[in-house]
This record gives sequence, structure tokens and C-alpha cells, in this order.
Amino acid sequence: MTSTPLTRNIDLQRGPLAIADYRRAGGYESVANMLRDLAPADVLELVKNSGLKGRGGAGFPTGLKWSFVPTGDDAPKTRYLVVNADEMEPGTFKDRLLLEGDPHLLLEGMLIAAYTIQASTAYIFLRGEYLTAEKRLRQAIAEAKQDGLLGRNILGSGFDLEIILHTSAGRYICGEETALLNALEGKRANPRAKPPFPQVSGLWGKPTIVNNVETLCNLRGIVEFGVDWYKGLGLGADAGTKLCGVSGRVKHPGCWELPLGTPIRELLEERAGGMSDGYQLRAFLPGGGSTDFLLPEHLDLTLDYDVIGKAGSRLATGTMIILDDRTCPVGMVGNLMRFFSHESCGWCTPCRDGLPWVDDIFRRLERGEGRAADIEVLTDHLEYLGPGRTFCALAPGAMAPLGSALRHFREDFEAHMAHHRSAEDAGGCPWQR
Amino acid sequence: MSSVDDIIISSTARSARELSIAERDEIDHELTLYPDRRAVGLEALKIVQKHQGWVSDESLQAVADYLGMSPHELDGVATFFNLLYRRPVGRKVMLFCNSVSCWIMGCDRIKDHISARLGIDYGETSADGEYTLLPVPCLGDCDHAPVMLMDGQQHRNLTPELIDALLSQPQGREANE
Repeated sequence: MTSTPLTRNIDLQRGPLAIADYRRAGGYESVANMLRDLAPADVLELVKNSGLKGRGGAGFPTGLKWSFVPTGDDAPKTRYLVVNADEMEPGTFKDRLLLEGDPHLLLEGMLIAAYTIQASTAYIFLRGEYLTAEKRLRQAIAEAKQDGLLGRNILGSGFDLEIILHTSAGRYICGEETALLNALEGKRANPRAKPPFPQVSGLWGKPTIVNNVETLCNLRGIVEFGVDWYKGLGLGADAGTKLCGVSGRVKHPGCWELPLGTPIRELLEERAGGMSDGYQLRAFLPGGGSTDFLLPEHLDLTLDYDVIGKAGSRLATGTMIILDDRTCPVGMVGNLMRFFSHESCGWCTPCRDGLPWVDDIFRRLERGEGRAADIEVLTDHLEYLGPGRTFCALAPGAMAPLGSALRHFREDFEAHMAHHRSAEDAGGCPWQR
Repeated sequence: MSSVDDIIISSTARSARELSIAERDEIDHELTLYPDRRAVGLEALKIVQKHQGWVSDESLQAVADYLGMSPHELDGVATFFNLLYRRPVGRKVMLFCNSVSCWIMGCDRIKDHISARLGIDYGETSADGEYTLLPVPCLGDCDHAPVMLMDGQQHRNLTPELIDALLSQPQGREANE
């Protein structure tokens, strides 16, 4: 048993375990036991009961997602498993740790997921910039094939699985699962209308499950040690552990595996060593660039999906971005708006036209050319680009830091307005003067 | 290919070049991994770029012909992705992260230093053809911000001094010398 099932093998100085060492440490035993003792429906029950929620950002229950794949004699025989390894959420660097640190853990999770949904082909959709991960995954896949853990009739079970590594070429929207499927089919990565959901009609119209890297890396432990152990890892309502990161002006930025339910303060102060000397905490985004700002008063909240949700934000990717007292909040949000504007795929009008509009306002604010109506226009966009108005979650995600910044940092927005200029003050961001 | 394609292609005098044997072999390998030829478009363009440095109109046309796709459809893919270059780039491409954590940690100052040393802004190539500077979305290395990716190497915790050291390496020539 272990209390850190995701990172137990990870030592970045040493590099990832080769398959022999990985197996010596109990690796792939979960697959051998599963293929011998469990039917796909049994594994589905196990994962449902474990309480595992998707670790890519949305936090949707994994077992429930899998259960939407049609079964029975009239269901399509071809199904696909797709790994979302397109980590590109601003401030998020957790899947990189797993991909570079323990690629066999991902392959083992993929075997479990593919067996459960009875997929015989799985694609890993890896972002093109993750070159070290690409090399290590190729090596791991070759080793697993060599050992008969991939290919035909795995361990004599009759179950087949091919894993194909697809490297992308850099677009944030590919992290959206239906856009990812279009990209994998060789098309522009525009999102698709839902329904139909990919579980029913996904890659090339076949039932498809898209899971995040970290989600799949949880599966080995669940099959190996069981549901009670997995639930017991969490300190609060949520089961399991989570990779949590901190970046910004802290003493020791990094990424750690923590029990869900750990207080945010422990992550910031004990793991990340607290704020860098000379800097105070002003606010933070708890789970990447698409989450609402939380404030120092929220530090005693716990890292739980519902707890962070009730506070008005999202745990999402679990990687915190710290806003310190010497960084301009308007500049920080402006940076995020430029990112989302650049990465909009252009498919639907509110996102394609709204985000550049927002971006333009922030560029003017930066030059000290803000107008009195700007705050109102920005506030209007929270609704125009909000949930339900766009094809996918990109623009609503962008509105999360914007809306919360308008609430928490109103005086900083005001300070960027043109009427603050005077003879001695040429305008521009007050933090730059 | 439709007649409309033919007219547009001929009007701009584009023609396909011959794919090299190496390019063809690598594309053929990718074709074994997908049930649909069109799915290989992105990989094929990446393969061509690996060999040629960028994706010219002639390369695009050649790949489209080889995969049985409209060149315009393939160009829709080529122009969608940040890492496919439809214009020539320098021998080294600096993929410079300017997303939020790198911004907080001062990446604009590092970018200004690069711009001053090489005389280039984002999207430009140094006069000696050595370096192209491009912004990229978050490189997922935020605990080492600011970062950039160049020549397959991730450069972390960037400082002006580190940039100076990188640009002074033997294979990198200095633009303002």
C-alpha cells in the first residue's frame, strides 16, 4: 500500500523506471489480476465505487463517463480510448510530471480503461512541445510490447490493445475533448456540438472515451488496493490524491501529490515554502488560468471539488497561480485574456469576436487609456461569453478570472483609467511607473 | 481535386514538389496507424517541416496530393496549429512562453533582452537567419518560469545572463557583432 500512488515511482533525478524495474515494484500486476479475475463490468463497478473524478479540470466522475459507452450485441464493435495529454492550461504542469516521471503508470491505467470499455485501439494525444515525454512514452510503449503487455492476446487473456502516440502541434483548444477528436481525425480542432457525446459517437463516429493523463494514472492503485483504500486516501469528501502545483512568487514553486482534502494553506506554506521574501499574497487562481480568483481568507479551505466550488471557484487542474502584492492584477488578467483570445479557435462568434474585444480593452488599460465605460463593457462580456452562450468552455473559462478580478480588484481597474493622468503622470499601468 | 482547386493553384503558379523518399517513408508509417488517410495530414506536415524547416506551398500541395486531400483543406489544418510554419524560419526557433506564470516571473523583461540582442520582435527572424522568436502558450513548466523551448531543449529560470550565454554558444552567431 502507498499513500502516494501517482508519484511512488517518480524520481526526476533518476528518470523513469524501465519496465523490468517497474514490474519488480509491482507494476502491471493490476492488469494481470484484472485480466484473470475481473469482467469489464466488474472494473466499471470498481471505478464507479471508487469515487474517482476526472483530473483534467471538469471533475466529472470517471466511472459514470465510462458507463455511457453502449454495450450489448448491437453496440458498435469498434471503440476507442483517447488520452488527453494536451496539457496547455495556463499555469498547469502536473501531467508533465507523470508523463516524464512514470510513463508505464499511464500505460497500465490505459490497459485498465481500454479493457473496461473493450477498446482495442488507444491514442495518446500528446502536446507537441512535450518532447521528453514523447521520447519516454515511445520507449515505454516499445518495452510493454516487448513484454507482451500490448498487442494481441495480452497475457493470454484474448484481450488486444494497440497504443498509438499522436503528437500535436500546439493549440490550447485541443484540450477540449471534441476538438481533440477532430484534431486526431486530421481536421481543424474546432469543438463539436454535443450531443452526441463522444462516449456514443466520438472518434470516426465510434464510441470513444477521452480521459486525462492523471485520471488514468489513478486506475492502477484502485485495481491494486481496492475502493476502501482509495477512498481512505482522501481527507474529506473526495477520494484519492491529487497532483497540486504552485507557481508565481513563492519560495519553492513545484508540484506535489497530496490527499484531496488537504488545506490550501498547507500546499502554499509547507510545500511551496510560502511567499518569496518581500512579497505578500494578494490572491490566487486555485486550478489554472480558467478559474476564479480566491483570496487570502480562503487559505484554510481544503482542496476538495465541492469546497472550492462553494467558495465560487474550481479546483480544476489543482495547479495554483499566485498573485503577489507587487504584480498588477489588471496586467495578470490582461495576460490571460491575450492567451484566450489567441487560442480561440474562431468557430463561434461570441468567443471569436468577444475575446479580442476584451483583449483590446486590456491593452488600452495597460497604456493608461482606459475609458469610463470599459468596466461596464467588460462586465457585459461576462454574460455574452458566459456558460451556454458558446460552443465550448473556452470563453466561459476565460470569464472566470475576469469576472472575479472585476469584483476583487475594482480599484486597480480604476487606477488604469485615462482620467487618472495628470501633468506629472503620463498614464499607463500604475505598477510600471 | 475539384476544378476550383485547379484554377486557384494554377493562378498562383503553385505546383507540388517531389516528396523525398525519407518523407514518404515516414508518412507511409503514419498511414498504418490511422484508419483514414486524411487523419495523417498534421503528421505529414510535421514530417515535411522536419526535413525542410517549414511548409512551403509546394510542400503543402505535395502532401495534399499524396493524401488525396484538397490543398485548401490541408492548409486549414496547417494554419491552425502554432507549431507548423507556413513561412521560412531561422535555423533555431525560440518558442518563448509568455503565459501567466512566466509573465508574473518577468518574461517580458527577458523577451525585451532577446529583442534588443537580436533586433527581432515576435514573429521575426534575425538578419543572419539564425533565430526566429515566437510566443507559445504555457509550456507547462511553470515551476521553472520563465521558460523557453529552443532546438528541442527546454531552457528554464531564464535570466538576461542565461540568454547571453545561449546566444554566445559557438553555433549561435551574434546579430549585432
